[in-house]
Amino acid sequence: MPVLDLMSGFIVELRSAGLPVSLTENLDAMEAVKVIPIEDRDAFKYALGATLVKNNAHWRVFETIFEVYFSLRGPEYEINQEGQPDDFWREMQEQADQVKGQGEGKGSGGGMDSLTPEEIAAMLMRALMSGDQAMMRALAKQSVQRFAGMEPGRPVGGTYYLYRTLRNLDLDNMLQKLMDANREMSKQELSSLEERLEKDEFQSRIEQFKQEVESEIRRRLVADRGAEAMAKTLRKPLPEDVEFMHASRDEMQSLKKALYPLTRKLAARLARKRRHGRKGPLDFRNTVRHSLSYGGVPADPKFRYPRPAKPELMVVADISGSVAAFARFTLMFVYAIQHQFSKVRSFVFIDGIDEVTKYFKATEDIGEAINKVNTEADVVWVDGHSDYGHAFEVFFERYGKDINSKTTILLLGDARNNYHAAQSWVVKEMRKRARHVYWLNPEPKSYWNTGDSIVGEYGAHTDGVFECRNLRQLEGFVENLA
Amino acid sequence: MKPRFKDVSSVRSGLKKENYLADDGIAGVVYLADRLGKPVLIEGPAGTGKTQLAKSVAEMTGARLIRLQCYEGLDESKALYEWNYKKQLLRIQADKTSDSWSEVHDDIFSEEFLLTRPLLEAITSEEPVVLLIDEVDRVEVETEALLLEILSEYQVSIPELGTITAKQIPLVFLTSNNTRELSEALKRRCLYLHVDYPDLEREKEIVLNKVPDISENLADQIARIVRSIRQLDLKKAPSVSETLDWARTLMLLGIETIDEKEAKETLHILLKYQTDIAKAAKELSVTK
Repeated sequence: MPVLDLMSGFIVELRSAGLPVSLTENLDAMEAVKVIPIEDRDAFKYALGATLVKNNAHWRVFETIFEVYFSLRGPEYEINQEGQPDDFWREMQEQADQVKGQGEGKGSGGGMDSLTPEEIAAMLMRALMSGDQAMMRALAKQSVQRFAGMEPGRPVGGTYYLYRTLRNLDLDNMLQKLMDANREMSKQELSSLEERLEKDEFQSRIEQFKQEVESEIRRRLVADRGAEAMAKTLRKPLPEDVEFMHASRDEMQSLKKALYPLTRKLAARLARKRRHGRKGPLDFRNTVRHSLSYGGVPADPKFRYPRPAKPELMVVADISGSVAAFARFTLMFVYAIQHQFSKVRSFVFIDGIDEVTKYFKATEDIGEAINKVNTEADVVWVDGHSDYGHAFEVFFERYGKDINSKTTILLLGDARNNYHAAQSWVVKEMRKRARHVYWLNPEPKSYWNTGDSIVGEYGAHTDGVFECRNLRQLEGFVENLA
Repeated sequence: MKPRFKDVSSVRSGLKKENYLADDGIAGVVYLADRLGKPVLIEGPAGTGKTQLAKSVAEMTGARLIRLQCYEGLDESKALYEWNYKKQLLRIQADKTSDSWSEVHDDIFSEEFLLTRPLLEAITSEEPVVLLIDEVDRVEVETEALLLEILSEYQVSIPELGTITAKQIPLVFLTSNNTRELSEALKRRCLYLHVDYPDLEREKEIVLNKVPDISENLADQIARIVRSIRQLDLKKAPSVSETLDWARTLMLLGIETIDEKEAKETLHILLKYQTDIAKAAKELSVTK
């Protein structure tokens, strides 16, 4: 049975993309497939999603793989062979010819190739203006066929075709053009609120069109190369596995989105841990008070719960180019759960160091504070290349007196010191005064102590150096910290 | 057992009759839950109609809704069953003279002395029921284990009585606000449904459905403004229930079309943080 074969390949692919699919879930999915016909693709997708994906953050990954594996099923997803335009296209063609005919007298009528990219772009603009879904879908198909220049067996990724297609349609300027046209069309002046709403509407339509184009390209690639090979090239890491140091802009966005739910969960977990610690000594007064309801028999002993002190945190982060993203995320993370600490102070450095706690105090919006840190903090001393030694020295000179036995110090960075003096005695001194000193390194362990990285030299004086390449590792570390 | 629903679209239309507008995902999962006899775990932001879905399904199928509200410290005596100690005590005292101990012993651990709590009640019930376990993320991880037996086998084991098996398989919904990760064991036993903010069309329809006498034009405008606001980077995005509150407020104020001033003045109904309100007010008045 072909569906079963497809399913097992599909599940193997889900697993290799990092989704935890257990055997029972696999069986559930097989059960579900029995009651939902594969022809109803949406229902089929949701059925598989409900049985296999138990975390919303994994949905995107699931969706992509689903599309690759099942995009060729179902009659409406058949690919039109080249040179066989479907009815809808023919209809559009006629419309276009009419428009053209008004200008030139007669449409050439030689199939779709007669349309120039500009004309297709104009048609797309009309479709986007009116929000005509079917038209947009058909246009997406045709523009891929015409502009992407896809050839069988060509070892090029989907992004290249996407780029080619969108460039030909001039989609980057489409929003502006739509807004202008809209302004011309409406009779009276639009208020800024209305304009803003229109803009959001067009934006979402363009986004939708882009996705149509993307999935059309994927569909063709699958037809060319087969589902297994395609799934492999499309495999994307889950948000919590994205590496800070190599995240693309899109991945950064999804990281940011994943960050808040994560911190909320972590905060709840930590608060719970604090409350439900082990029991302390007997609370005599409380026990006697409760014994009254048992006629004076202390049947329900009460205990004093210890309230562990919240740690004070000092975050010292390298924000030079290579590790900036990591520092940003760690700061966001720490400040999002700052209530779990009695005090958080933050310092950033490149070769000079500056305290940035005030930026976080001034506003509730962590994102804004981070932006301020990046633009306003005074972190350059000589040349703007990381100099851990100097930064630490100055830190110790200025703030060393504030380190006490309650303080936990987090040092963030890859310890690539550009061959400056290490001054690792500072870290040693810090550790003498502070409760703990930890080092978080966003680089993979295998890169440590290669080239100008001297993390080992600093690490010897800390309570531990931790590899912190992704959100998962960061979360794990912070959980043990608070 | 006879399935409750014929197909996905009948679930959808049935829910619509109860004024609940389901999308493909929601209707599909409810249908599947019935066919596979599995519980549904619903997750999603607050105020997107998770609890309402269970209620509406109960109404649609004409079943009784049994609700277990979860909270920290919930234990089996509140969730499953409890022995009625007082009654047992009375029973022992009432015929001190006649019965032998073994008779009394057998007697006081019988169903007569059992206080059923929501979970046990749901499976012992004769008539069809929908069981709603609300905000399951609030209980501790250890307490979650209480639910596992009932969720996978639809039975409850009572040491003194033996195992009580369900007379009919209830539809079970669990909701979670995602404040913590639920255990793998629980997730594995459930179908998973993520209910997100509705898209533009669906939100508009919800407004039209739930707010009487609202004009199509106003509903459209409301849905679009809310969508724009949700795209901002906010502490707490407006939920569907807040959208509805806003729509009702605008109706009460007799507003037909929203302009900037009115939008700004009523923003506090949609947003609950001062920083969010300031941000939204700023964004809505600036074009670029």
